[in-house]
Amino acid sequence: MSVIKKLAILSTAFGLFAATAGTATAQKKYDPGASDTEIKVGNIMPYSGPASAYGVIGRTEAAYFKKINDAGGINGRKINFVSYDDAYSPPKAVEQARKLVESDEVLLIFNSLGTPSNTAIQKYMNSKKVPQLFVATGATKWNDPQNFPWTMGWQPSYQSETQIYAKYILKNHPDAKIAVLFQNDDYGKDYLKGLRDGLGSKAASMIVMEESYETSEPSIDSHLVKLKATGADIFINITTPKFAAQAIKKNAEIGWKPLHFLNNVSASVGSVLKPAGFENAQDIISAAYLKDASDKQWDNDPGMKEFYAFMAKDFPEGDKLDGGTVVGYGVAQTLVQVLKQCGDNLTRENVMKQAASLKDFRTEVLLPGIKINTGPNDFAPISSLQLMKFKGDKWELFGDVISADVGG
Amino acid sequence: MSAAEEVVTEAPAVEAVPKRAMTLGYGTSLVVLAALILTPLFVKNFIIFQMTMLLIYGLAVLALNILTGGSGQFSLGQSAFYAIGAYTTAILMEHFNVNYALTLPVAGVVCFGAGFLFGQPALRLSGIYLALATFALALAMPQLLKLGFLEHWTGGVQGLVVTKPDAPFGLPLSQDMWLYYFTLAVSIGIYVASVNLLRSRSGRALMSIRDNEIAASAMGVNVALYKTLAFGVSAGITGIAGGLGAIAVQFVAPDGYTITLAISLFVGMVVGGVGWLPGSIVGSAFIIFVPNIAEGISKGLSGAVFGVLLFLVIYLVPHGARQVALIAQQLAAKLKKN
Repeated sequence: MSVIKKLAILSTAFGLFAATAGTATAQKKYDPGASDTEIKVGNIMPYSGPASAYGVIGRTEAAYFKKINDAGGINGRKINFVSYDDAYSPPKAVEQARKLVESDEVLLIFNSLGTPSNTAIQKYMNSKKVPQLFVATGATKWNDPQNFPWTMGWQPSYQSETQIYAKYILKNHPDAKIAVLFQNDDYGKDYLKGLRDGLGSKAASMIVMEESYETSEPSIDSHLVKLKATGADIFINITTPKFAAQAIKKNAEIGWKPLHFLNNVSASVGSVLKPAGFENAQDIISAAYLKDASDKQWDNDPGMKEFYAFMAKDFPEGDKLDGGTVVGYGVAQTLVQVLKQCGDNLTRENVMKQAASLKDFRTEVLLPGIKINTGPNDFAPISSLQLMKFKGDKWELFGDVISADVGG
Repeated sequence: MSAAEEVVTEAPAVEAVPKRAMTLGYGTSLVVLAALILTPLFVKNFIIFQMTMLLIYGLAVLALNILTGGSGQFSLGQSAFYAIGAYTTAILMEHFNVNYALTLPVAGVVCFGAGFLFGQPALRLSGIYLALATFALALAMPQLLKLGFLEHWTGGVQGLVVTKPDAPFGLPLSQDMWLYYFTLAVSIGIYVASVNLLRSRSGRALMSIRDNEIAASAMGVNVALYKTLAFGVSAGITGIAGGLGAIAVQFVAPDGYTITLAISLFVGMVVGGVGWLPGSIVGSAFIIFVPNIAEGISKGLSGAVFGVLLFLVIYLVPHGARQVALIAQQLAAKLKKN
């Protein structure tokens, strides 16, 4: 048994002890969806439709909660994970959210995926006062406790990531000419805004071209030729995996060698850099908060070993190299922590209160040094990233963990 | 006329439906109406919301039915008109504080105009070529909504959040229930108007175009005008459905109105029975509930299960709900005889 596992069990035991000791005299309190034996957790995922590749996140979470239940549950209660498909369609997401809240009567909705879908249900969830916890989108607007006290994100926002790149550029390449390629949707535009904000007054003079592409385009080659023609010496690549691999390959073909920043969305070694060719991907800079399961350097990392063991035993049909499984595992662990902290006070209000009082919590799939911290005015659980550079066949982390909290 | 074109235009778009077979009998209509009025009193708000969506998609399917079942023209672009209607309502409500009820006629008129204008060039196309042209419209719409210079109004990729209206005059109804009855009233109005339209002189003109364009024009029907009018009316009703949809869902975003929606509406029309207006609500139920059933059967293969169910419907009852209704009618008549 690894040290980490021992520690985890110890801390669980301690947590249980603390919970029972603290609430020995307190009444058990329940809202709909919670009882002595069960906690009902709702979830909405695109199992079908254009974003169905993300469905693996929901399946990982289901497997993880099953593992928790088989080990006795949380404070003696089993998690009943009700996950529905919205096919990445906002109207369908509203229907499913209402089904979860009004028909299934869940305690909370957890890790619902997609910016459009979450925007569609945000107002409803807040008017019903049902937690919309750890939404699976990097949009910046989820950190807005004043206006939406029942909604909380999880991963670092897109804007904070490009702000970190901007900080780095201003410090190391203050006279650079920047060319940007971005996907023409909420995700791409959010990233771009972070970059512009991060560069501040120098944005107008430094960014020489902002080129957008549509996901329906089969190839983005022509955009890269255009970007090369600007003579920019920094390239900021805000693309999803398929296009990112194309861009890296094409750059090598046309002999354009700018300082290449690749967004975290596409930083997977297995699904982007390998198909693009390692020789073409040298010295690309990116930022990360999770360990990459397809990166060899974590093979002997205790936290990742635990993850691999989980994948082998509890979710053998899943692909551990798919970034979605790491995300699902990490976010499910965060929810388990919140529910543990709730003890016997399983009201919706207390769920939000506990979610907003995570202190230095770590799931071991996070990079070393990154911790989850929340507070009444900080609804951005993970707000730091670390820069990394691609060398050989793996990412090399460099510099300190950089934090950039951006409000919604 | 080239040989290829001849093949396409010669094949009848849809099987002709006799006029009387387009509606339900009075007795059945009253039973359905009573069910629609009374059910919400006994069910949860969530079910009421689903019933509201049922009516809204029903309206959109009905609009397509008028176009295809009435005038014999195909459209895979209904999602575009649905989107225009939804955005018209959302923008009027959120930017100009217009009352929700007043935004619907505006959405209808705007979409009628859009449909009429689109119908002008589309006129020159028929059959599968028209289907392809409207398909292009549906593909383009989500991207048009994201355009930079419209972003101030449309909210771009982030969409617009719409406020749900309360029941007026202090009526003791929940928001959901009020919206349901409001939608029901609008739907009944449009249904009655549509039935009357198809029974009128104009309706006969449309159906004559559907059955044989050359014969219709020989009889003095202004083919060009009636075809564009059918497009306009269909787009207008779809727009009103879109507006209602925006209020019910409380959110509009480009991703809500992709080609998938247009195809769903098309599926709904075929399942409900092409040219049979009451079938619209059956078709709507199919596109709302069957994906949920499919998901219940298998999460990973929900799309495949939906496909199999759709295939079964098309294979067993190719005329959709109309065929089922006819069979039921014949059975009832037999029972009466015995």
